[in-house]
Amino acid sequence: MDSIISGFVKAFSLIFHLDKELLGIIFLSLKVSGLALIIAAAIGLPFGAIIGLRRFYGRDLIISVLNTFMGLPPVVVGLSLYLILSRSGPLGFMGLLYTPSAMATAQSILAFPIVASLCHSAIVSVDPIIKQASVTLGATPLQVTITIMKEARYGIMSGVIAAFGRVMAEVGAILIVGGNIAGYTRVMTTTIALETDKGNFELALALGIVLLAISLMINMVLHYVQKLGVRTK
Amino acid sequence: MRLFKSLLLSVLVLSVVSVPAVSAETRIRCASTTSTQNSGLFDYILPIFEKKTGIKVDVVGVGTGAALEIGKRGDCDVVFVHAEEFELKALKEGYFVNRYDVMYNDFIIIGPSNDLAKIKDMKSASDAFKRITETNYFFVSRGDRSGTHIKELSIWKKAGIEPKGQKWYLEVGQGMEKTQRVANEKKAYTLTDRGTWLATKDKDKLEMSIVLEGDPILFNQYGIMAVNPERHRHVKYKEAMEFVIWIISQEGQKAIADFKDKNSNQLFIPNAK
Repeated sequence: MDSIISGFVKAFSLIFHLDKELLGIIFLSLKVSGLALIIAAAIGLPFGAIIGLRRFYGRDLIISVLNTFMGLPPVVVGLSLYLILSRSGPLGFMGLLYTPSAMATAQSILAFPIVASLCHSAIVSVDPIIKQASVTLGATPLQVTITIMKEARYGIMSGVIAAFGRVMAEVGAILIVGGNIAGYTRVMTTTIALETDKGNFELALALGIVLLAISLMINMVLHYVQKLGVRTK
Repeated sequence: MRLFKSLLLSVLVLSVVSVPAVSAETRIRCASTTSTQNSGLFDYILPIFEKKTGIKVDVVGVGTGAALEIGKRGDCDVVFVHAEEFELKALKEGYFVNRYDVMYNDFIIIGPSNDLAKIKDMKSASDAFKRITETNYFFVSRGDRSGTHIKELSIWKKAGIEPKGQKWYLEVGQGMEKTQRVANEKKAYTLTDRGTWLATKDKDKLEMSIVLEGDPILFNQYGIMAVNPERHRHVKYKEAMEFVIWIISQEGQKAIADFKDKNSNQLFIPNAK
């Protein structure tokens, strides 16, 4: 119990005396996860829209695969990506291993199925009357798509938020492809894992609390944006 | 929705602008073990080397097996590990070149302060293990395939005893500190590394003491070697060798000896030849 209390105390002192190293770590976390989310959304949202709106052969299989991949073990993603990016692997010539880019790639692979699958769910739950109505009013297929996506935006946003939570909390994949190099690829979660290994439980817990606080702030902003979208309907 | 768009845009701009400016400085990558990294040794010695040569050393701390594998695949320039047998094997297979002994730390056998099994005047670790089995004391084992556990098993093997399944043999599957605490509670003997022992014995109020040390089988030798540039042409062999030569030089060896943990104990004894 003592450790938990002193963990909280330490967390507050960390927040109030943000040193340069910790700021760098926090910033890198946000950058890697933010970049991963942008990549995942850029590919995942159109992908989710297509499987939500179109009916084609193999669609059910794709949906099942996507849903399964929402639970991809990060360590497996990390290891596979490591073998691909390794100097002895197919993309080794790019020299990407142990860089923030490799970490963002790993996280976007983890985020993609969540964004795509939840985007698809949001779209299929839009009232079919809306589609019929817009077609009747003479909308082009692209305009129909945009109308439906607008209707589904609350659910789509939920998918993005869920994916963000997943990548911010993730440690297994980025530890393998990032290497947790001090001042270069060390982020919040890998720092927490390292400090736990070192036996600095209070510091590790404090960093965990800081991470949660940051996630809370970001989620409050995202939720505000989400609510905004509903009110202007 | 406008707010959403501007927010998304600002995140996008921020992430593009802040892509790490990897400066022109030379960086080499060193695969090493978690134990070395966690001790804080690198935080102490690397700045000295970097100041002298301008070469930045990025340390990837993984298990010994993984560190060697990373080196074999050409994903680092130099490896710094403690598994002599495996190091020599990989060296012979041509994955690495120029291996040197760097330093060692050691394992110790600890037991109840009153040492009722009377180990204290013994010299050999395997004899001590045998003695423990002949008494009624428990032996607590890490049981987690860690370096310490593997060392412990090799001592049992030398003693010719199969401990698994015996009622005096407790496999806890936990870290070193927890294992020591269990041994303390059970008034048992265990094998530990000196660093953990020195760092935790007072904090955890262990009523235990060192009963055996100094047997060569208890030494944990660390070695350094460069990835073979003929096998992986992209490696920074020249800079890696600068690091290797420095760490076995008088200056590097002194830095290792000067490194102390937060309780001012020396954790590694330099022994480059």
